[in-house]
Amino acid sequence: MAYQFEFTPVFEHADLLLKGAGFTLALTVTGAVLGIGLGIVGAICRAWQLKPFNWLFGAYVEVIRNTPFLVQLFFIFFGLPSLGVKMGEWEAAVLAMVINLGAYSTEIIRAGIIATPRGQLEAAASLAMSRAETFRHVVLRPALQKVWPALTSQVIIVMLGSAVCSQIATEELTFAANFIQSRSFRAFETYFVTTAIYFALAVLLRQVLMALGRRFVIGRPA
Amino acid sequence: MFTQFSTWDIVRNLLEGGKWTLALTLIAFVLGGIAGLLVLFARIAGSRLLQTASKAYIEVFQGTPLLMQLFIVFFGLSLAGVDVSPWVAAAIGLTLFTSAYLAEIWRGCVESVSKGQWEASASLAMRYTEQMRYVILPQALRIAIPPTVGFSVQVVKGTAVASIIGFAELTKTGSMLANATFQPFMVFGFVALGYFFLCYPLSLYAKHLERKFHVAR
Repeated sequence: MAYQFEFTPVFEHADLLLKGAGFTLALTVTGAVLGIGLGIVGAICRAWQLKPFNWLFGAYVEVIRNTPFLVQLFFIFFGLPSLGVKMGEWEAAVLAMVINLGAYSTEIIRAGIIATPRGQLEAAASLAMSRAETFRHVVLRPALQKVWPALTSQVIIVMLGSAVCSQIATEELTFAANFIQSRSFRAFETYFVTTAIYFALAVLLRQVLMALGRRFVIGRPA
Repeated sequence: MFTQFSTWDIVRNLLEGGKWTLALTLIAFVLGGIAGLLVLFARIAGSRLLQTASKAYIEVFQGTPLLMQLFIVFFGLSLAGVDVSPWVAAAIGLTLFTSAYLAEIWRGCVESVSKGQWEASASLAMRYTEQMRYVILPQALRIAIPPTVGFSVQVVKGTAVASIIGFAELTKTGSMLANATFQPFMVFGFVALGYFFLCYPLSLYAKHLERKFHVAR
């Protein structure tokens, strides 16, 4: 007998899925804001070769970029408590996302910073701009303008990657899906709908981030 | 019964799991490369239909979590009456994932071959297949090598997600050992180290190739 697809049990729990999607977005927004902040700090240390921080950030970037997010998450959630650092599943999930995105955005933003043309710095100096002004208007903003599309993609990758946070019982979208699946035994239908929600979130997030970029990063003259 | 695990026991078991990580990576990368070529040809084909279909394929795999892709393959195939092990489901899922990303990377490389090359080869009365075979692909291939090596790191890291559908690779072995030994800090430290040893040389090699090709051009 052919399998009968039955989506009703999934849609009966639509509220759980929506709540989960909301939590996934909240995780992503928190992770993105803090992660990009960390990335800016890291990029400055790397680009200006501030010893010993440039070395520390270099090692950090390599370690994070060459290990899976899931292992980073497990290390933080299961491993750190034996050093006395205990945290809940939300804190662990956010921390893992910040650390992960921080490493990638350090590299991305650094590429933007070192692409600052020398003449621009000289022009800023000849206009008697202070170091802080020069950095803000001449270095950082143009750097962020250049790399905004890459940062957007990385934030989306982190959002999709957050699906594995369900493994430490963070109650985000995949956790909700696992719950519904275990109640309804409709695994395929549940994950199919969940995948569609993730896809919609990814499309939405890209639109929003590009719009934000146009408005706040790229739009105004530097 | 409690068994005592020495540090060496932990490392030995992790190495065993690491073998499966390596095997899964190789399979996903090789099969994904072949499938990726097919998707690439569809993506740059003359036919609108093939272009749209392959574009949708790439966007779906790049816009959804790998974990969901594995779940759908795992549960979808068993609905279709094929009894799949986590191992087969992981291999299929990661192959599809890899093919979508590689096709997109390679498309960029094909498109970066300058238009004049197409026009010159067309003026030599070459057919589309000949242009591809003798003019475009050899040049695109050169550009494609560094990002392809770079992407292999993503495949290695992607295999960790297969632990969630129950495939006993490095991460899954680590989880089981952490539960058995109550030493999660050390075990996951070793697991991370294992991935690092697999990925870091690939990252360095990709960077090296990138630099080399930049100088050569």
